Amino acid sequence: MKALVYVSLKKSVLDPQGKTIQNALNKMGYKGLDSVRQGKYFELTLDGGLSRQEAEAQVEKMAREVLTNPVIEEFRYSFES
Amino acid sequence: MTTSATLGITPELIREHGLTLDEFEKIKTLLGGREPTVPELGIFSVMWSEHCSYKSSRVHLKRLPTCSRRVLQGPGENAGIVDIGDGWACAFKIESHNHPSFIEPFQGATTGVGGILRDIFTMGARPVAVMDSLRFGPISARGGRKFLADADSNVATSPAEIHRNHSILEGVVGGIASYGNCFGVPNLGGETKFEPCYSGNPLVNAFALGLVRKDQIFYAKAAGEGNPVIYVGAKTGRDGIHGATMASEEFSQASEAKRPNVQVGDPFLEKLLLEACLEAMQTGAVVGIQDMGAAGLTCSTCEMGARGRVGLEIEMDMVPQRETGMSAYEIMLSESQERMLLVAQKGREEEVLRVFQKWGLDAVQIGRVIPENTMRVLEHGKVVAEIPNEALTDDAPVYKRPLERWEPPVAREVPEHIQLGMTRDLTGDLKNLLASPNICSKRWIWQQYDHMVQTNTVEGPGAGDAGVIRIKGSQRGLAMALDGNGRWCYLDPRLGAMHAVAEAARNVACSGATPVGATNCLNFGNPEKAHIMWQFSQVIDGITRACEELDVPITGGNVSFYNETLGEGIYPTPVLGVVGILEDERKAVRPDFREAGRAIVLLRASEPGDAIDAAFEFGSSEYAKEILGELWGYPPQLELKGEAALQKTVLELAQAGVLDSAHDCSEGGLAVALSECCFQNGVGAKIELSSSDLTAVCVLFGEDASRIVISCDPSLVSAIKQIAAKHGIEADLLGETVPDVLEIKLDNKVVISAPVSLLHGAYEGSLQKALSTEPDLATMSSG
Amino acid sequence: MKFGVLIFPGSNCDHDAYWTIQQIAKQPVTFLWHESHDLENCDAIIVPGGFAYGDYLRTGAIARFSPVMESVKRFADAGGLVLGICNGFQILCESGLLPGALMRNIGLKYVCKPVHVRVENADTPFTSACREHDVLNIPIGHMEGNYFCDDRTLAELRQDHRIVFRYSTLEGEITAEANPNGSLDNIAGICSAGRNVLGMMPHPERASEPQLGGTDGLKIFASIVASFAASRETILSR
Repeated sequence: MKALVYVSLKKSVLDPQGKTIQNALNKMGYKGLDSVRQGKYFELTLDGGLSRQEAEAQVEKMAREVLTNPVIEEFRYSFES
Repeated sequence: MTTSATLGITPELIREHGLTLDEFEKIKTLLGGREPTVPELGIFSVMWSEHCSYKSSRVHLKRLPTCSRRVLQGPGENAGIVDIGDGWACAFKIESHNHPSFIEPFQGATTGVGGILRDIFTMGARPVAVMDSLRFGPISARGGRKFLADADSNVATSPAEIHRNHSILEGVVGGIASYGNCFGVPNLGGETKFEPCYSGNPLVNAFALGLVRKDQIFYAKAAGEGNPVIYVGAKTGRDGIHGATMASEEFSQASEAKRPNVQVGDPFLEKLLLEACLEAMQTGAVVGIQDMGAAGLTCSTCEMGARGRVGLEIEMDMVPQRETGMSAYEIMLSESQERMLLVAQKGREEEVLRVFQKWGLDAVQIGRVIPENTMRVLEHGKVVAEIPNEALTDDAPVYKRPLERWEPPVAREVPEHIQLGMTRDLTGDLKNLLASPNICSKRWIWQQYDHMVQTNTVEGPGAGDAGVIRIKGSQRGLAMALDGNGRWCYLDPRLGAMHAVAEAARNVACSGATPVGATNCLNFGNPEKAHIMWQFSQVIDGITRACEELDVPITGGNVSFYNETLGEGIYPTPVLGVVGILEDERKAVRPDFREAGRAIVLLRASEPGDAIDAAFEFGSSEYAKEILGELWGYPPQLELKGEAALQKTVLELAQAGVLDSAHDCSEGGLAVALSECCFQNGVGAKIELSSSDLTAVCVLFGEDASRIVISCDPSLVSAIKQIAAKHGIEADLLGETVPDVLEIKLDNKVVISAPVSLLHGAYEGSLQKALSTEPDLATMSSG
Repeated sequence: MKFGVLIFPGSNCDHDAYWTIQQIAKQPVTFLWHESHDLENCDAIIVPGGFAYGDYLRTGAIARFSPVMESVKRFADAGGLVLGICNGFQILCESGLLPGALMRNIGLKYVCKPVHVRVENADTPFTSACREHDVLNIPIGHMEGNYFCDDRTLAELRQDHRIVFRYSTLEGEITAEANPNGSLDNIAGICSAGRNVLGMMPHPERASEPQLGGTDGLKIFASIVASFAASRETILSR
């Protein structure tokens, strides 16, 4: 089972990288772009020993305590088997 | 040997491995008549490649002077080593990473820096400084004309090319910064140049220097039958295996069809490797060590054996692997980064392994030293390659390629439409020249580099003609400078190369350090073309002459051929790195005027040439390129005996402590040199010059060699003149420092006058402006 | 007074801090390995600059979980002096010893240059040798020095005078141009409520010898030594 964890800056926090990418895309002539936010993506491959529920608790904890800094970042995750 | 891996080697397979049929016949002879196995073919192909074997350049490189009483290690090891006194030695080298930096600028540059750092700490030296010599295509529409072929093809650089050059530059600089900053070695700058010929062929030459106690130098040499061979660092993946050599699916069980060719650097791992290797060396249980750079495990295995006249036997199954199903062929040819091979003393393996474990690194025994002078590779216990070490090193092919004298397709005389004597706004010209890409401040680049870590940086990037560091626990300091001038080498390779040596050494001397050794990175086009080989040979002759006269032996370096795109080669571009010793780091000299009321003196080795010579030579100047948009003539003349005397003079003055400042006159000539002296402290100058029949532009912006601008207490001028005269050097009083304004009079008429702040603004702002001005690609693609 | 300099895998200013303390500030100093819990009776702990664990996840994110940091936390809670420089500041924020976080520079690039910082609070053990509103010239060298915290935290920091350094001009003006990385309120350094933990982005160890470009950084080390001596005297005189 694989957990896919997406980490991004909180909406309230300025994302200069996303801003820069957006400017570049606009400059290149791409139309209809409202905003760009950049983030990080983690693929956690779990061994088969955990139940879905255990896995969720585990991933939630890892994401909250290690993979993100709650001061500036938020996360979401999903599973893929 | 069993021939199970021999699938019948076809001429096509040989060609795909970059080998000729003659070379294949030679391989069979060296193997005692038998055909090589496929892994063996791969091993030969990388070891006999131009990159590893220097087969085209070796006959010429032999001419370089490589010895002096200070040289402890010349070419042939991972880096050269020079004795710098007080029991210290320094290891240094420059290496190219041109092609990878074009394919993937960021990663290409990181792995370039990583490779040169490993070359240094493999010798037991802790890296204490890096520098880079970078060359890119134009980054703005101005000055983008090509001078390469006949006049008809003189074309402006396209917006798409400018855009690409921006991203190559940003990627390369970002890569160098990312690797060096994390590793924790100060970047002292170097040089960055722009010419249209580098548009499809950027040059990324990385220099590193390390310090080692003279009695603690390590060599890449195996010894001692039965001693364990230990693999350390990153796991092996399929990085950097050449696509062309991967055609045959039969010998690979790999499922992935496409293999990555771009190597990715990991500076954090390299930092751990550094600390662990230096600590392991301290145990006394390490016999020899070599990094796995180009040709990876293959190169380190056969070279360590060859140097020690023993063999290494290694088992592929033991090699730590990042991917599954790797064949012996792939493992042997992988160029995964951040790996080392070492030979330890038998029975003391544990001491070595413990150190690597402490630093969290993989370290495993993969083989042992055998008495035969042979490289033996096993896979699942079966021999898959067994090759005499010499066959891969000393017996590799050497070519005496044909040479053909060549004339660049440029006018040698002043083009008719150019009127050098015309009245011009010379202050405006100076401003434009100061803002031109080759001359302007490179702060935008080096501000991204940590140039202060290790707290030794006395003169960092942008601060002096050379980078200067102090040596902790010693009075001494080291100065280093990189220089090259491809345009001059294009016009006259031999003279251009002499200039590169002279200018690098002069820069070191201007900081008050005595030049003691040099390393070179030789960037050229296709050596199979006779005129390229002629350029190469001429450059070697020029370097040889200059190094002999200036007493700076070459201790190592690297050759990069095939820098061509669509058949169009780069300017022949030798880059020289010169290292010098400061007996007392507190006597380091800076280029900056310090305060008003001081005397400004020009030290020069020779009389300015006559008006005709000056006009011919002016065509190779930055002024001709940037302001006139033309190229003609020859590089300035260079008289090496006079250059040596000039450097001795400035060193004697620095030693005596009578200099406020010293700055070399180079690109942009005297007017630019004087301006640069003003910037740091905002101190101006009033200068009086006489033209002696030369045109104003030649006097102000001509690039005559062997000149240094110094400033000093006015009461010391006569004493300085005496010291200069003793060396046969002219010392002309040019004027004095004043507050805030640079004013230059020529034959009693003011020709340049501007506030220093205005000139400084032009000099500082232009690079960032050029890079932030992106050509409008949207309109381009629709148009 | 004995200093301890932490070493994480990837620390690269550890030797610089050690050198400055030993050779310039002339104090006893020892290295403390990240896997050890033992702070060897040190009186002040330096969390040095560098790229601990490569900074690959986030700056300071992994270092905070190391054994030595558990001891440093206990040491700090008991009032021990802890100075985090650059990556050390990032680690202190990640481990909760200081509030807020250090984000990517607003210009997105690594910046290495001397900057001016104004001393906002001279009444800390790290700035006692300075006067309030002194302007110090100390270099920075970082990619993530853009200090951020929420409004409430910022208000608290201000109210408690815990903002110790702010980026300023040479004349001591707090301007946007003087801010090299986009830090909230030009913040260059903050301290804990107890004043015994300081995090700062500028590198005082890089500005402690004249030939390296100045000695303003030495004031930080001198302050620590003087404050410690003073606190000792207070204890002894009791």
